[in-house]
Amino acid sequence: MIIGLEHYLTVAAILFTLGLFGIFLNRRNVIVILMSVELMLLAVNINLVAFSAYLQDLTGQIFAMFVLTVAAAEAAIGLAILVVFYRNRASIAVDDVSNMKG
Amino acid sequence: MAFAGFMFYIFAAITVACGVMVITSRNPVHSVLYLILAFFNAAGLFVLIGAEFLAMILVVVYVGAVAVLFLFVVMMLDVNFVALRKGVKKYVYIGATLGGVLFVELALAATSWTLGPDVATLTLGPVAGEVHNTRAIGQVIYTDYIYLFQGAGMILLVAMLGAIVLTLRSRPGVKKQVIADQVNRSSKDEVTVVKVPTGSGV
Repeated sequence: MIIGLEHYLTVAAILFTLGLFGIFLNRRNVIVILMSVELMLLAVNINLVAFSAYLQDLTGQIFAMFVLTVAAAEAAIGLAILVVFYRNRASIAVDDVSNMKG
Repeated sequence: MAFAGFMFYIFAAITVACGVMVITSRNPVHSVLYLILAFFNAAGLFVLIGAEFLAMILVVVYVGAVAVLFLFVVMMLDVNFVALRKGVKKYVYIGATLGGVLFVELALAATSWTLGPDVATLTLGPVAGEVHNTRAIGQVIYTDYIYLFQGAGMILLVAMLGAIVLTLRSRPGVKKQVIADQVNRSSKDEVTVVKVPTGSGV
């Protein structure tokens, strides 16, 4: 039972698909949408690390670290925007985000 | 090796199951907790493949910071989450269709790719032998990737300042202690000596 690259790629593909499906399933709830995006980024990281280990090249792991950094920044800013939006509208439904008539 | 394979299936199964629970559970607090469990098991996958440093970073940054941030926000907002789930049924089918198409594409790509002929000569950061993972990453990140590393620090700084600026507010009517005002008070402005004649009030 040798665990190859394909196993990791399959897990990452399943996680990425779950993230995409979660965005549709919780279309009105911004918090769960943000969590789904985190799941997708985790799938990307698994892919990068799997290829990095398979090719004996550290670059993938370095890049995964930067992806992690950007994901952390994105979560912080996204949740801050969410808190401000909740203060203004007392709601976090995506349908209510229409102040700018976009 | 068999044990590593067994652990891979354990970690992968729990990660995927937690991913399912994150997107389907009714209570967002449960979603966050399942997300934390998914990150722990992904860290286990990273350890199995030899990326110990990233596994620890995943636990520290994601479980310790990002997931707790989610938890704080979910608990702070007083939102009726049941009402938010109304009307999601009609998006399930299109979501499942898109997700299925994407998964088939990813599966096709994952099973039928080939490496380029000169990929062995193109490695930018080859794994040094006899050096453990953390030291190897440190050896390249402070030399070859120092500008990107500083840039990542700048991104985090901007994110921190942005989050503070967005959520900071000055509410009127809140009594707060202002030290400078207290220190700047002088007795000339605040204390008056009043001569009170005998028999009359102040």
